[in-house]
Amino acid sequence: MKLTRRYRFSASHRLDTPALSAEQNRRLYGKCNNPYGHGHDYVLDVTVAGSPDESGQIVGREALDALVAERILTRFDHRNLNADIAELSGVVATTESLAVVIERVLQDRWPLEAKLDRVRISETERNIFELEAK
Amino acid sequence: MLLTRKAEFSASHVCANPAWSEARNREVYGANANPNGHGHNYVLEVTIEGEPDPVTGMVFDLRELKEILNEEVVEPMDHRFLNKEVAPFDRIVPTTENVAIEIWKRLDGRIGRDGVTLRNVRLYETGDLFVDYGGAA
Repeated sequence: MKLTRRYRFSASHRLDTPALSAEQNRRLYGKCNNPYGHGHDYVLDVTVAGSPDESGQIVGREALDALVAERILTRFDHRNLNADIAELSGVVATTESLAVVIERVLQDRWPLEAKLDRVRISETERNIFELEAK
Repeated sequence: MLLTRKAEFSASHVCANPAWSEARNREVYGANANPNGHGHNYVLEVTIEGEPDPVTGMVFDLRELKEILNEEVVEPMDHRFLNKEVAPFDRIVPTTENVAIEIWKRLDGRIGRDGVTLRNVRLYETGDLFVDYGGAA
């Protein structure tokens, strides 16, 4: 059985890779390459899998919320992903990269009985990225 | 092919285990343990699997599916206090997990038939919390 909880954070980013010229970056990333960056209201769905315990829950809501708040929301909300998130330095701050970082940060010393199953992030309602937990 | 039908019902519940102290219940369930209950607009998505019938072109008769969801879930649970009015929640804590499992039990025998299986029950308690149940592992 799986349980999915939805969280939100707002952050800015800019897509730009040093592997390409300024002109190539502009062509590849379009507006996402604008020099001062831009932001999104990201929606993060965290899915855990397990069996209900004696409380009838596969995970305590408060424990899951506290974990995601501590590791993700307090660090990522109202931040600049390129400048403020150490795990994203040296990589292009695409939402694909963000999904990989969030999965890794959550999975590392995961403290809950239920397993992390997947993370799903939407950058806008039209762009959604999903990653199965390792 | 997968087919998903949606239904909604609004109900109140309390999440508290009567065998536990009030403090323990508060620790485990937070505000969900408030003794007089609170409510949600539940959204149910029932997914069934099968192949379209060669004559009708349908995996399952949607009118029949709607009736089954109404009889088994919406009529008994809509605008009810789950703990007091809907068995087995007089004995089992109506967490989202347990309500989804109960809905699966009610639907499985009525939907499953030759070439058609109940695949998943997704129950949203709010827009920010849902569970998926695909039957006993």
